[in-house]
Amino acid sequence: MITTTGLTKVYRSRGREVTALDGVDLHVREGEVYGVIGQSGAGKSSLIRCVNLLERPTAGTVTVDGRDLTALAGRGSRAGRELRQARSRIGMVFQHFNLLSSRTVQDNVELPLEILGKSGKERSRKAVELLDLVGLADKAKAYPAQLSGGQKQRVGIARALAGDPRVLLSDEATSALDPETTRSILQLLRDLNRQLGLTVLLITHEMDVVKTICDSAALMEQGRIVEHGTVSELLATPGSALAAALFPVGGEASGDDRTVLDVTFHGESATQPVISQLSRTYNIDISILGAAIDTVGGLQIGRMRIELPGRYEDNVVPIGFLREQGLQIDVLGREALLVKDGAR
Amino acid sequence: MTWSEMQPLLSQACWDTLYMVGWSTLIAVLGGLPLGVLLVLTDRGGLLQNVLANKVIGQIVNIARSMPFIILMVALMNFTRWITGTTIGREAAIVPLAIGAIPFFARLVETAVREVDGGLVEAVQSMGGNTWTVVRKVLVPESLPSLISSTTTTIVALIGYSAMAGTVGAGGLGDIAIRYGYQRFETELMWITVAILAVVISLIQFAGDYAARTLHRRGGHSGPVPKLRLLKASAATSDTV
Repeated sequence: MITTTGLTKVYRSRGREVTALDGVDLHVREGEVYGVIGQSGAGKSSLIRCVNLLERPTAGTVTVDGRDLTALAGRGSRAGRELRQARSRIGMVFQHFNLLSSRTVQDNVELPLEILGKSGKERSRKAVELLDLVGLADKAKAYPAQLSGGQKQRVGIARALAGDPRVLLSDEATSALDPETTRSILQLLRDLNRQLGLTVLLITHEMDVVKTICDSAALMEQGRIVEHGTVSELLATPGSALAAALFPVGGEASGDDRTVLDVTFHGESATQPVISQLSRTYNIDISILGAAIDTVGGLQIGRMRIELPGRYEDNVVPIGFLREQGLQIDVLGREALLVKDGAR
Repeated sequence: MTWSEMQPLLSQACWDTLYMVGWSTLIAVLGGLPLGVLLVLTDRGGLLQNVLANKVIGQIVNIARSMPFIILMVALMNFTRWITGTTIGREAAIVPLAIGAIPFFARLVETAVREVDGGLVEAVQSMGGNTWTVVRKVLVPESLPSLISSTTTTIVALIGYSAMAGTVGAGGLGDIAIRYGYQRFETELMWITVAILAVVISLIQFAGDYAARTLHRRGGHSGPVPKLRLLKASAATSDTV
């Protein structure tokens, strides 16, 4: 639904060059919720702004719903008619809502329809319908300043949907909201995704957002996508930074000659008593440092951090046993250990 | 001079002042609004970024603003004659008044429009709006309370200018004050004129502030609402308590 290839954005100011996007290849499938996560300054904002060409990429292409938007671009910074038409089919929600304070809630939702040249009757019918959809039918005549943050974002979402978009871009839509409101807004986005078959591309710096509603996710660092995939793929990828961040388990090793493993259970393996099997089979004492079970992307996932006596070399066989059981095993601090050994 | 002698003079003068100020304000708004918006749009990072055009417009505005009104009036005489067929009288005074007020108002518009949140512009662009849509639906309506305050300021400035226009035979309250009050030592008449001017200006300021406040409040801004200027003194003292 959304594909970017080799997307590059370089800002030039006063002779200095800053590369915000460095060859980003992104592929968002139709009907999925795709989250791009990263620190501030990682290039997320530039990425989402390049998707509807609010920012013109320095190089690379953007295709949305089968149309190459970069080819439609007008001259310079101004958008041509075709690009503007394409944009009206892409909804966008903003961190700071960006509602017009001089207009009522209903008039705000009608704004995109005015731009599309719809008649007054059609506009108000559609606006009322959308406000109902986001649960704000009774606030139609209120002004944005009279609403809470969550209500404002609902208006923002209703407005973004006015042009019957197939794609919704969400630019940190929940970052200015408290946790509870965040949950209800995410729930709304999820519902819209399911009900309307809306494809959602969202950027965020909150892992919880990805955990709650994303089908797929990408991790951005310094203008590059360093990891991406469906959430279940990511969780099954050994050493995945995103998976570790999505689903952290704590716990430090109790001594030097110990081996610490992160064991991830998903699917059937979650039901087998592997730890006690391991203990019995190899006659070793296992300490559990930390464990958690959670639902990520609709999947039940368990993760456990365990400690085995002895160094990694002593535990190759038990680790092999765990891997044979279909579990995902990450050995902690292994690289660090090797470096230390090498130095000695 | 008796009141019955003064009364027709004053009512004619009031009417002349309002006539000149009314028309020149209208022209100043019509001319200054697009100019001010253009100053924002053509600026670096603006929607119609054009540094050269921005510099040129900015310079013209600066030059026109730095010119003392009385010089502007004389400098524009030929132009005034070309437009109105005369250089004397109310109609003739409207031309330099309007031309003097356009750059003044344009700068105020520029400041007001700059205050509009860039995110709103981005939102309208993301809906497929073009630059004209942004101006019409965002920049002007969102800055309307400030624009109204700017208009009030312009009207008050124009009333001041119009007194000088009296020197080219345009009539008006300022003219009365100078010709009768100053030159013929009719002190009473002069003070009455000053009083009328004070009342007129206060009324205009009050009406303008009221309109701006109402619009501002309709938008439901939670921030501090600009206070009515007439009440400023008392409000200020109550603040300090």
